[in-house]
Amino acid sequence: MPKKPTGRLGKERLIWMYTQMVRIREFEERVKRTFVEHPGVIRGHTHLADGAEASIVGALATRQENDLAMPSYRCHGYPIVLGTSVKKMMAEIYGRKDGLCQGFGGSMHLADPAHHFPGTSGIIGQAIAHASGAALTAQVKKTGQVIYCFFGDGASKQGVFFESLNMAAVWNLPIVYILENNEYQAYTHISLEDANSVAGDQLSQKAEAFSMPGVTVDGTDPLKVYEVVDKAVKRARAGRGPSLIESKFYRFSAHGNAITIPPVPTQFPKHEAIETYGKKKEYAAARAKDPIQMFRKKLRSRGILSEPDAKRIEESVRAELEEAVQFALASPFPAPEEAMKYVFA
Amino acid sequence: MPREMMYAEAMATAISEEMKRDSDVIFYGQNLGMTDRDPMVRAFGKNRVRITPISETAELGIAIGAAMTGLRPVVELWMSEFMLVAMGQVLNEAPRLRYMSGGQVKVPVVFKAGYGFAAGWAGQHSNCIYHIMMGIPGLKVAMPSCAADAKGLMAAAIRDDNPVIYLHHYMQMLDKGPVPDGDYVIPFGVADVKRAGSDVTVVATGWMVSKSLAAAEALAEKGISVEVVDPRTIEPLDIETIVNSVKKTGRLVVVDQATRHASVGAIIAGEVAERGLQHLKAPIKMVTALDTSIPYSEPLEKYVLPSEEKIIEAVKSVLNSMSRGA
Repeated sequence: MPKKPTGRLGKERLIWMYTQMVRIREFEERVKRTFVEHPGVIRGHTHLADGAEASIVGALATRQENDLAMPSYRCHGYPIVLGTSVKKMMAEIYGRKDGLCQGFGGSMHLADPAHHFPGTSGIIGQAIAHASGAALTAQVKKTGQVIYCFFGDGASKQGVFFESLNMAAVWNLPIVYILENNEYQAYTHISLEDANSVAGDQLSQKAEAFSMPGVTVDGTDPLKVYEVVDKAVKRARAGRGPSLIESKFYRFSAHGNAITIPPVPTQFPKHEAIETYGKKKEYAAARAKDPIQMFRKKLRSRGILSEPDAKRIEESVRAELEEAVQFALASPFPAPEEAMKYVFA
Repeated sequence: MPREMMYAEAMATAISEEMKRDSDVIFYGQNLGMTDRDPMVRAFGKNRVRITPISETAELGIAIGAAMTGLRPVVELWMSEFMLVAMGQVLNEAPRLRYMSGGQVKVPVVFKAGYGFAAGWAGQHSNCIYHIMMGIPGLKVAMPSCAADAKGLMAAAIRDDNPVIYLHHYMQMLDKGPVPDGDYVIPFGVADVKRAGSDVTVVATGWMVSKSLAAAEALAEKGISVEVVDPRTIEPLDIETIVNSVKKTGRLVVVDQATRHASVGAIIAGEVAERGLQHLKAPIKMVTALDTSIPYSEPLEKYVLPSEEKIIEAVKSVLNSMSRGA
């Protein structure tokens, strides 16, 4: 835990961080609302990052310009921070021609290499290897980059997690593995499927198997996340190898929109804690620790963020996302024959 | 000037030459480059020639991520079945990432592996699983049948901007043949007529090409003229050359070391049936492995695999088959 919670971060940077958190939340709220306001517009499966804002922003705030972020399919939050157009992101989720991937990928497969976001895999854990590969490129080509690899607690039970972290440690790759422990592996509570959790231990303990540093951090506080990720990034950049960081927070939305068979409409069900496990108190307690509200309070109490400033940020973000939704709705669908375009390079 | 060399040497030569030509090419796998005396390590250093743990999923996944971000990795898998433990990366990651990104990324990676090792390796190390790969859009599959092709296809595989599965055959590793010096790149999707003929077209892949050529030689002595076509890459597949050959001969035998319903042969037969049925004077004949796992004991193994004799028999049967009056 940092001694001075706002540490080396100046006022402007802190307000930038807060703004990015608000943008992620508003983006996810608008995606979620789309299922109600425009049924049928979003197809397939969509996964939201509400609750993860502090963890995502705190981690990415430590980046240098050319560092890459490579997450799993729950991927909306990162590109928002990296500077990707939210209009294009929304249009992609709506399956439109102006989408980030021209309608070829959708919610689970956002990619924007121009903004240091090379792509995502929809299969749990598999992108941990891809991120490690990007770190290999950085090492072989001596680019000085560090790779930020994000994945959920569920992914840490995949073989690819163990294989990749072992190889990254053997090869001393410049990568930071950020295990986002939001307590639920898709629909299953972590206490039912993780050995460390069953034993009452932290998941960062998995790092010991690879003789790399493993740290657990409160992922609801962007400044705490910043501190531990910054340390790991500096270590990686100095050529001292990978680290594993367990960032603990709570996913506010259900794993994804309900899986329904068309034409049955789909939308977000209640969170698994309520829907499956009947733990209303657990969910309410987590919501009471909303990372955005807590950060806002902290910045207000330190005189960094005034009430009018906070309002202004909220309003401008709301307008930005309203514009994104309208842009996406107005964007045409891709021409059907485009489907054959990107099979081969 | 072509130089006589072994199939194995031709592949290694291509990898070395490509690594000299392009510093983005790296080479890694299990049990290779283990000491500083290793010739590849000596030539290219430990940064570009690496040893890996027995972790196929990470080996392939890391290669994919490295390819997405600017390298051209060649992964030595040794045996194609080792890819099965990492099939998500092979079939559902490498060929999907470019497409899902709307063409924003490319994945120029080569997965090199041997297949069909018919030397007593029994049920799990001697199979032919390429049909799974050829059926996945976005993957290319090369199957060299001689030393020259081993070099030219490897060079093309490394220069290709797509994921390529390069399948070599262990039974051919010591086969010698003339290999062109210097830059020698065989374009993908161009079949090679390994022997011209007029009575029957035999399409064969990999190891089966040499068996078909031997069968053609034996049949020539009996006055039967066999044309042997080697697609060289099964994805992309040069159906045009095959159909043109069938137009000329009117008869088709497809030879494939894989089991019947999991064979390239079945795909080729289907394509010819759709595009060239009017040219056929006899039903298409498929010579494939029998539908079983590969047994250990030699007589059992021989019994299930295609052979020169089985190919000769198939060619004779399509010649004796009732004429459709063409």
